[in-house]
Parts: sequence; C-alpha cells; structure tokens
Amino acid sequence: MSIKEQVIAIIADQAMVDPTDVKLDHTLADLGIDSLGLVESIFAIEESFDITVPFNANDPSESDFDISSVAAIITAVEKLKQEQSK
Amino acid sequence: MRRVVITGAGTVNPLGDDVATTFAALREGRCGIGPLEIRDVDRLSIQIGGQIKGYAEADHFNRQQLALYDRFTQFALLSARQAIAQSGLTFSGELADQSGVVLGTSGGGLTTQDENYRAVYEEGKNRVHPFIVPRLMNNAAASHVSIEWNLRGPTFTVATACASSNHAMGQAFNMVRSGMSKVMITGGSEAMLCFGGIKAWEGLRVMSKDACRPFSATRNGMVQGEGAAVYVFEDYEHAKARGAEILCEVAGFAMSSDASDIVTPSKQGAARAIAGAVRDAKIPVDSVGYINAHGTGTAANDKTECAAVADVFGHHADRLMISSTKSMHGHLIGGTGAVELLACVMALRDGVIAPTIGYQEADPECALDVVPNEARGADVDVVLSNAFAFGGLNAVIALRKYS
Repeated sequence: MSIKEQVIAIIADQAMVDPTDVKLDHTLADLGIDSLGLVESIFAIEESFDITVPFNANDPSESDFDISSVAAIITAVEKLKQEQSK
Repeated sequence: MRRVVITGAGTVNPLGDDVATTFAALREGRCGIGPLEIRDVDRLSIQIGGQIKGYAEADHFNRQQLALYDRFTQFALLSARQAIAQSGLTFSGELADQSGVVLGTSGGGLTTQDENYRAVYEEGKNRVHPFIVPRLMNNAAASHVSIEWNLRGPTFTVATACASSNHAMGQAFNMVRSGMSKVMITGGSEAMLCFGGIKAWEGLRVMSKDACRPFSATRNGMVQGEGAAVYVFEDYEHAKARGAEILCEVAGFAMSSDASDIVTPSKQGAARAIAGAVRDAKIPVDSVGYINAHGTGTAANDKTECAAVADVFGHHADRLMISSTKSMHGHLIGGTGAVELLACVMALRDGVIAPTIGYQEADPECALDVVPNEARGADVDVVLSNAFAFGGLNAVIALRKYS
C-alpha cells in the first residue's frame, strides 16, 4: 500500500466508513471525526509509519502538521517519512 | 442545617511545604514548575512539571512507615499533620466516632504501581514487596490519616479525576452541615509525576512543553504537578465552644455532570455547578468577589470556563476577579482543588488575590479580569473554587469570610 492508501485506510477506519468514501478534499470534520478521533488518528499514523507527528491538540492550526484536509495529511506524512529517510 | 467552618489547613506542594510558604509564593507569583527530575525522563516528550523538589521522605517517616506510604500518602499525612495541629483538636471518645476523613485522589499510589510494573515486566522479577496492594490503593491516604489521628467515623476516598478534591471537600462539608459528623479532615493528594503517569498524559496531546499559561492567547496546554492540601472542616458551634481560631466559613457546594463528552468540557455543565454553589450558599451572585478557576491552560477548558462564568454572573462577570494558580503549581489532578482552595483562603484572610502568571496576550474568548502576572490587594467576602474533570464531572465550592 502507498502512503496515500494507508492514510486513507486509517482515516476511514476512524470515521467508520469505506475507504472509497474518503475524498482527498474532505476535512476530518466532514467525515465526522472529532478532536478525540483526530488524536487517535494521529496515534495510528505514528504507529503505522514509525514517525513522530508534531501535534498539540490545544492549537492544531499552529502545529507543524497540516490537518486541514485528507490530502494535506497525506502530504504531511509523506514529508515526515522523507525527512526520516534522509 | 449546621454552619461549617475551617479551623486548620496544611499543605505540601510545588510552592512550599506549609501554608505560610505557599501563601508567600502565591503573593509573589512564584513559579514552581521546572524540569522534571525522574527516572527515564529522556524518554518523555514532556519534561516539565510542578515537582516537589528537595523532598526527602526519610526526613519525615521511618522505614516501616515508608514500606506502607506511597508518595501521595506521604503528602496527605504531612498536610493533615499541619492542619490538625493548627486546629488544636485531639480525637478521642465520642468526638473520634463523629469525625472522619474524605480525601480526593485520581491516581492513588500510581508511583508504586509504576515501580512494580517496571520490576516485573522490564526487569523480569517474579517477586514484589508484600505491601504493594495496601501501598497503591486509592484509599491508602485516607486510611492512614484515620489511623494516625484516631478518626473513627466516615472515612473514604473520592476519585473524580481533576475534580476529586472538590468532590471530597463537598462531601465533608455536607456531612458536617447535616450533623452526621462533628469534624471532617478533607482535601486531596496526588503524586503522578512518574514515567508512566506522564507518558499516559502525553498521549492525549494536551500538555505544554514549556509553561502553563491559563487564559493567555498563547497558552498551549497543561502542566502536571504533585502535592496535597488538607483541611479541618468543623461544626461552627463546636469550634466556637472550644474557642478555636476560624480561618473562614464553607458556605456552599454544588456538583453537576455534563453528560455529554468524556474529555471535551461543556459550558452548560460548568455553569450549572457554579450557579448551584452560589444558590447553595444562599448569597446574591454579585457578592462573589473572586473565583479560583479550574484554568488548566488548555484551549478548550479556559474558553469554556470563561463563557460559563459570563453566563452565570452576567454583568458582574466583568467586576469579579478570576485567576488560575495552576500557572504556578501546575495541575495536581486529584489534589488540585485542595491546593487551589488555599488561594481562596488567602483571598478571604489576607485580602490578597493570587495572580495568573505567565500571562502574555489577551484572548478575546477569555475576556475576564484574570489578575495577570501580579497579585492584587482586594477585600472580598465570598469566593468560589472551580473544578471541572475529565468525564464531565464538575464540582464548585464557595467560601465566605468569617467575622
């Protein structure tokens, strides 16, 4: 599975929807994922990709990890994986 | 209904090892939060806390006692010793039977659990000390206070996360008020600053890596602390008859449940507890001069709490003062309400309002007088202490000046 497919699978699992129903321009709120669901998704991402995601629930918009849409999350994970392999 | 007064107070917390030192620190706006000194701290992403530094358990307890006393029990006993000494009470005969202990804690003997899990899982040991269970149990502190001072009446522990102490003191208040008990030793204690205790909180992503800045637009989370505060709640007639010094009166108490979300706070739930405490105290809302806020420094709590206060007090919300002393001692979880009640006693006794330190920038969603950075002199007659726990459980206590 590509990073994109894995991230979508994690988000779909959290939202309890089929992966094919997750669109790249969806926000997590669109998918019914609340703040607690978000923290759980980030944990799942960290465990799946063996990365550390810089994220503080007190200020998601200022964390160094863009969660504004499914596409943004995929890009952010790809970036973290790239940095890791350097 | 009987009147209830406080005739003794004691504490060990990151700001001081007694009430006088703590009051001085609260007046000066001293910060008790700093780098954690615990085992495996390098494996934590959160490395600060309100830790009690320079504390040596062997200075206070002997070997046999330490085999039974987790750190949270030690803090409770040291605090109770000060409080009961100040009250001048000794417990025997009928008074002993009519007096008890209600203490709050969330983690109980968490450090004992942490150390012993490490021993059996990490170090592969197959044997633990025989007293692990009585050392780690949540009611250990309450039981040891009962044993030490011969308190033979109702004694138990309340665990409602961050509201544990306020719920405990609320029970004690109502037991004395109803005539069920003459004297209740009450407050709370917490000692969660161990590797597992902090690691669990890290997971929630609500902790700050640098400071606790309640109500400030720049706030970025909570900081954990440890310690205890314990009080003597006494029937007013009993205290008066023996000529005891009265620190202040416990005027009212209320609790509520959000019944909505396990971690996200609700304005309505908080407002119902605040309004309930004012109603229970039978005082007009505009008589409240100061509120010691729950004020955790998280985005969600502080704006929700300010909105709840604005709802309950209307125009008076702009005239009262509200500060969070967690900025100085951190969040003592199950012990926090007890330590924060000290700031309320200080406001009534000394006319000094403890500040919210670390305050940098106004947040329009927290537009109240949060007493930023410097303590303020003020003559207040009624004060409140808020506690809003994970699980949506709220408990608010009202104190009144005694004159």
